[in-house]
Amino acid sequence: MSTDTETRPAASAADRPGAIDAVPVRHPGRWVAIAVIAVLVAMLVHLLVTNKAFDWHFVFQAMNQQPVIKGFLKGTLLVTVLSMIVGVVGGVILAVMRLSDNPILSGAAWVFTWFFRSVPRYLLLFTMGTLGVLFPQGISFGVPFDYKIIDWLGMSGDWRFLNLDANQVFTGLVAGVIGLGLSEAAYMAEIARAGILSVVKGQAEAAQALGMSSGKVMRRVVLPQAMRVIVPPTGNETIAMLKDTSLLLAVPVIGELFYQLQSIGSTYYKTFPIAVAATLYYLAATSVLMIGQYFLERHFGRGFGNKAPRAARPAGAGGA
Amino acid sequence: MTAAAAAEPAEDLAPPLVHAVNVTKSFHHVEVLKGIDLDVDRGQVVCLLGPSGSGKTTFLRCINQLETIDGGRIWVDGDLMGYADRDGKLYRLKNKQIAAQRRDIGMVFQRFNLFPHKTALQNIIEAPTQVRGESKKSARERAMKLLDRVGLADRCNAYPAQLSGGQQQRIAIARALAMQPKLMLFDEPTSALDPELVGEVLAVMRELALEGMTMIVVTHEMSFARDVADTVVFMDAGVVVESGPPKEVLGNPQHSRTKTFLTRLRSEHEHP
Repeated sequence: MSTDTETRPAASAADRPGAIDAVPVRHPGRWVAIAVIAVLVAMLVHLLVTNKAFDWHFVFQAMNQQPVIKGFLKGTLLVTVLSMIVGVVGGVILAVMRLSDNPILSGAAWVFTWFFRSVPRYLLLFTMGTLGVLFPQGISFGVPFDYKIIDWLGMSGDWRFLNLDANQVFTGLVAGVIGLGLSEAAYMAEIARAGILSVVKGQAEAAQALGMSSGKVMRRVVLPQAMRVIVPPTGNETIAMLKDTSLLLAVPVIGELFYQLQSIGSTYYKTFPIAVAATLYYLAATSVLMIGQYFLERHFGRGFGNKAPRAARPAGAGGA
Repeated sequence: MTAAAAAEPAEDLAPPLVHAVNVTKSFHHVEVLKGIDLDVDRGQVVCLLGPSGSGKTTFLRCINQLETIDGGRIWVDGDLMGYADRDGKLYRLKNKQIAAQRRDIGMVFQRFNLFPHKTALQNIIEAPTQVRGESKKSARERAMKLLDRVGLADRCNAYPAQLSGGQQQRIAIARALAMQPKLMLFDEPTSALDPELVGEVLAVMRELALEGMTMIVVTHEMSFARDVADTVVFMDAGVVVESGPPKEVLGNPQHSRTKTFLTRLRSEHEHP
């Protein structure tokens, strides 16, 4: 700027406009909104503090009970984490299958998604709890129709390698995690597919042109970029999953936050404070998840949108 | 039909690096390549010119198998691309084998296609470490040399979004060179650039040509074709219309389609 004043001596320093000191635009509507909201907040605080029905002492006592804390950690948090792991891994695999050229793989992924999106979670969990009835002799892994084939060949024995007691597998938290995880995988499949499709074709082509195998192209180039699109809806799904763990009662699993609080509530005939206690727990857990989501988004968003101010250097500085 | 449509070219003592015979390719029943023949010797620079839709980009992508061809054959350094020939019967190669064939062919795209989640340096070392299994340390050392060569050593930790188009394209060239290719394919490398950034990319390409790299370049930059190319190939509507030294094809075109194209291009340059 100093060079400008030197080359244009006609404009003296006094003529040149300086820093702007203008009257800002007024927002009277904002003041009205502030007033309305302030009154509403005051009313809410009044309700929370003075209404006897809240019974805060009982709320915190209920929240501090051993079975409630255990139910929150195991039935709610642990099941959320495990189901989401099953859901995310399964969803990514399903999405890759769905986008494959192989019609068998993509058809199988479509049928899986169709089935598990169609069945309500409560019904699914209820069914998981009763699946043991299908396998009265336990679940065996081996050659299908083995008894028929062996009979036909005139041999004896069986072709089974691994036997599990179905009534132990399809019970409690395991049934809950399997049910919620499979259902989640169906939803995650669509989210992951959207993420993969959001990565422009040129990215995969550039990686292929460098000689990368299709697996490496997916793992090193496409998925890391797809994660940017996948993470926000997955945060939604995780929070929804946290709350859906209250459906575990259908399995039935009773070692879970909401059931434990409810049973305290019905014992002492205090249902409303119990609802408040449960709300506080879910609010706390969701807040922690949202912090985690923030850091995940920051990690996978690197290189996108954070455009640094372009350095002022000549365009052809390099070798041109 | 075409000037270059000779049958099997005579076997020279040094076989050409790229040998393409009667390449055809259709998209949804539209034939975009109608029998392309092209030979590129080692150390040669070939520029493909022609109006958009003439098939030059498609042909370039066929060479490294980003598109599969419907007919004809393409050999690169003696390897039949995409197929194994056993006693005259062709067997389609597996994806892994095709990936291996691509390792020695570098490609530079119109829209750069740098990996946006990786820094300039990470973009360059990705393929050497992941595909060739080179150690990170040695890949990084070579990458810094390449960055220095394209004049961007000071920007090694920048993400692509923080670089100008010209800088991104120079990184993309360095990324392709990191695989030490024997052939470089350029698909309109300056078409997506602001006019004042074209020069820096062409300068890098000129230097590369001087060092003896074999290059096939799809471009609209007439000055580059005139100064750098050993052979200019003019394509239109899926066929090679004429080819030869730039002086002949650009200075004294024989075919009317070449003449029309060159006149139109010149008038566009004079009145952009």
